[in-house]
Amino acid sequence: MSKSYIGKSIRRLEDKRFLTGTGKYIDDVKLPGMASMAILRSPHAHAFITKIDMKSARAMEGVIDVFCANDLEDELPEIPLRLAPFTDFQRFLQKPLANKKVRYVGEPVAVVVAEDRYIAEDALELICLEVEPLPAIVTVQDSLKGETLIHDAAGENIGTQYSVSRGDVEAAFKGAFYTRREHFRTNRHGAVPLETRGLIAEVEPTKPLLRLHGATKVNFFNRRHLAEAFNLPESSVELIETDVGGGFGVRGELYPEDYLVPIASYRSGRPVKWIEDRRENLSATNHSRDITCEMEIAATADGNILGMRASVQGDMGAYIRTNGGVVPSKAAQFLPGPYRVPSFACDVQFLITNKTPVGTFRGPGRFEANFCRERMMDLMADDLNIDPAVLRHRNLLTPEELPYRIGELVPGDPDATLDKGDYPSALDRLLTECRYSDWIDKQDPSDGKLRSMGIACFIESSAAGPPESASITVLSTGDIEVRTGASSVGQGTETGLAQICAEYLDIEIERVEVSHGSTTLVKTGGGTFHSRNTVMAGNATRIAAKKVKEKAKELAALRWNCHPTELTYENGEVCKSPDRFTLQELATFAETRGDILSADAIFDNEKKLSYSYGAHAAQIALDITTGLVKVERYWLTEEIGRALNPAMIQGQAVGGVIQGLGGTFLDHFIYDDDGQLLTGSFADYLLPTSSELPEITAIALENFPSELNPMGFKGAGEGGIVAVAAAVGNAIARALKPYNISINELPLTPDRLREALRGAESLK
Amino acid sequence: MSERLKISLNVNNDTHACEIDARMTLADCLREKLDLTGTHLGCEHGVCGACTVLADGVSIRSCLIFAVQAQGMKITTVEGLAKDGELSPLQEAFHDNHALQCGFCTPGMLTTAEALLTENPAPTRREVESAISGNICRCTGYISIVDAIIDAAERRRQGPP
Repeated sequence: MSKSYIGKSIRRLEDKRFLTGTGKYIDDVKLPGMASMAILRSPHAHAFITKIDMKSARAMEGVIDVFCANDLEDELPEIPLRLAPFTDFQRFLQKPLANKKVRYVGEPVAVVVAEDRYIAEDALELICLEVEPLPAIVTVQDSLKGETLIHDAAGENIGTQYSVSRGDVEAAFKGAFYTRREHFRTNRHGAVPLETRGLIAEVEPTKPLLRLHGATKVNFFNRRHLAEAFNLPESSVELIETDVGGGFGVRGELYPEDYLVPIASYRSGRPVKWIEDRRENLSATNHSRDITCEMEIAATADGNILGMRASVQGDMGAYIRTNGGVVPSKAAQFLPGPYRVPSFACDVQFLITNKTPVGTFRGPGRFEANFCRERMMDLMADDLNIDPAVLRHRNLLTPEELPYRIGELVPGDPDATLDKGDYPSALDRLLTECRYSDWIDKQDPSDGKLRSMGIACFIESSAAGPPESASITVLSTGDIEVRTGASSVGQGTETGLAQICAEYLDIEIERVEVSHGSTTLVKTGGGTFHSRNTVMAGNATRIAAKKVKEKAKELAALRWNCHPTELTYENGEVCKSPDRFTLQELATFAETRGDILSADAIFDNEKKLSYSYGAHAAQIALDITTGLVKVERYWLTEEIGRALNPAMIQGQAVGGVIQGLGGTFLDHFIYDDDGQLLTGSFADYLLPTSSELPEITAIALENFPSELNPMGFKGAGEGGIVAVAAAVGNAIARALKPYNISINELPLTPDRLREALRGAESLK
Repeated sequence: MSERLKISLNVNNDTHACEIDARMTLADCLREKLDLTGTHLGCEHGVCGACTVLADGVSIRSCLIFAVQAQGMKITTVEGLAKDGELSPLQEAFHDNHALQCGFCTPGMLTTAEALLTENPAPTRREVESAISGNICRCTGYISIVDAIIDAAERRRQGPP
């Protein structure tokens, strides 16, 4: 009987430690002699630093060290670009501590190291920061004007700009029966994981060693750059991954603190811990989504799209961080989406403002692009008097048209191609599930609420980036150890990889233990982002398991003095009927020979992306007196190629939908005209809670296994979030159709809708 | 400098003596002094619910009270929910319903649900949603957590008294 784990909703191996409070998150790690670090952050959005008086703080009992940029002998390094490193971005990179000038509220200015966190935070209050304020740039319009320069040496506030296109968009618009132009905006919000960031650095006084605990996401990339920054060989830098309380894109990138905590440890000669507090988190960890999009569409009278043109402006905040230009560039690239758009042109601008720098958040650029495009599709459907689903059907790429070259829509990216699939059938399945054809938008006589339904289609790329590693070792105890360079940010990586290992080795999953992320485990790794773990680390685990089986046969062949090809492998044993050796016996035998029963593997998909796709539908009830929207039902379909663990995939989809509802209605980083962040606590920055849950039907389709990896996986981490604002926005716009209210800007808060409704009433 | 105090806390049926600053929160005391790091801190201003513990059976935010105030109370943290290494029916239900991903909100969800089920052994979905509405989870979308708590209520009703 062979063991079958792939495709089963195996209960997670991680759960027990999390359920009993014995997980090890970064703040749970305690090292002997450890000191605590706190950071003085700029309370000003834009100002020259004239003086930092640290005397009183230094004199405080329990304070070990206080420093600012001027106190450091070595020049501070710039935080590097990891992704979308467009020309000219080099002018806007951040150094870990502000020097001479602060450029956003939350920028690190000085560091305190003390015996405990209470003392460190007390000492922060004794540091006297004197500044000469400068005008704050808080809109992309003011940034463009360039009257105040944020980075003087750059000579402009434009991070960079470029134009991309395919086909003859001018000609398409010239002869078109129908055109429409709209202005869309997706508001600044962010990932906001429940666990804030944190790090512990330790240095060895006797040898070159920097060990950084609390790392995750892209540890090998980060190690390379930290090694460079601290002038150490890579082998002397260890990044250690702990349990992680949510990532969603923001955690694990190189931030100022990844340099400051090691510097503090070097200076004090002690292990140093820094745990971000929530107020810091909301102003110091990457923001995202802040896009404006001027978009035009051209179509025939039947609604067949002829062309799209757009200009996307991204508010990048004060510096370009590791994620470079990902958010606006992906918003531009994904604007045409799953549709047949023969001509497309887009200008993209990256504007520097006095706000927290921007990075990726689950579905970066996709969430934004879907909102703009799918709202436009619904507007066009109304204009042309075509049902929104019919209009989408007319324009969705058909299975015969795939693979479909979308062209070079991001400078420096390889030519992109949508892989095989069946977009119309994913929409059809959604329409069946939500009983679309039976639905009628109406004002419900029972409670006076407007009830309507909105739909949206999406595509989502997955499995980008460098190769991934896995290594499998059979221990003489019979336990199996899987190590991978991929990280876990809480999504169940240990369980998923254990399922693959156990299935291919044909053993009980309980024997498998998965370790991940830390640079000490494997020689190389790609990391966790872009829905890639199952595809990349999953396939690497499969290859390693196959190699382990081969090696087991070779060892057994030595024992039996025969050729490995004479042997079979089943049930976790090598067989030469009627004799058999267990993996444990072979591991023990290997040890006696000074060998180990183990194999390393790398999976490389040559950066070919698999695209998941599907559709969302939202049924809403809108109270016209209060402007409050309740999402009552939600459906989504998502083609993921092949499901590794259906329960975990369901968890990703449902979690994504709720997170997306936050981005649609609640999450909002609000700045005033002086560049002050007004939403610096959980009392002001609102997140979805359990009090307004829709009933969600999430259907993972497995009709088109990816041809770009042998296991057929496509990523499944982002399809749940990417079309939420689009579907909900469309539903609200349908409800408000008689009022002629435009739903072009997020978040769709009750006060905005109420104000628009009052405005519409007064016009009547 | 804050005043130093010697206190005694009853946590998970054990008595712990420790010397702390008067201003130390109960959450910090549990985590730093008693090494009970299962209680998590997500916001430290009483909104996210990750630090929820039981005080005499009632759910409270351990980031919002000082450790000294907890003297004389019977405190239960997530570490006190499993009995003799066996997961409680509530913990089992979370495991079976995939009611956790990153696990960071889980201790607060469990303690909040424990208080709810003690007070109301047969809650409706709406009552469960209301009970955990002060606990933020960024991963699951809550629905599986509600499923788990409803499931746990059933298990507790059917289980040994």
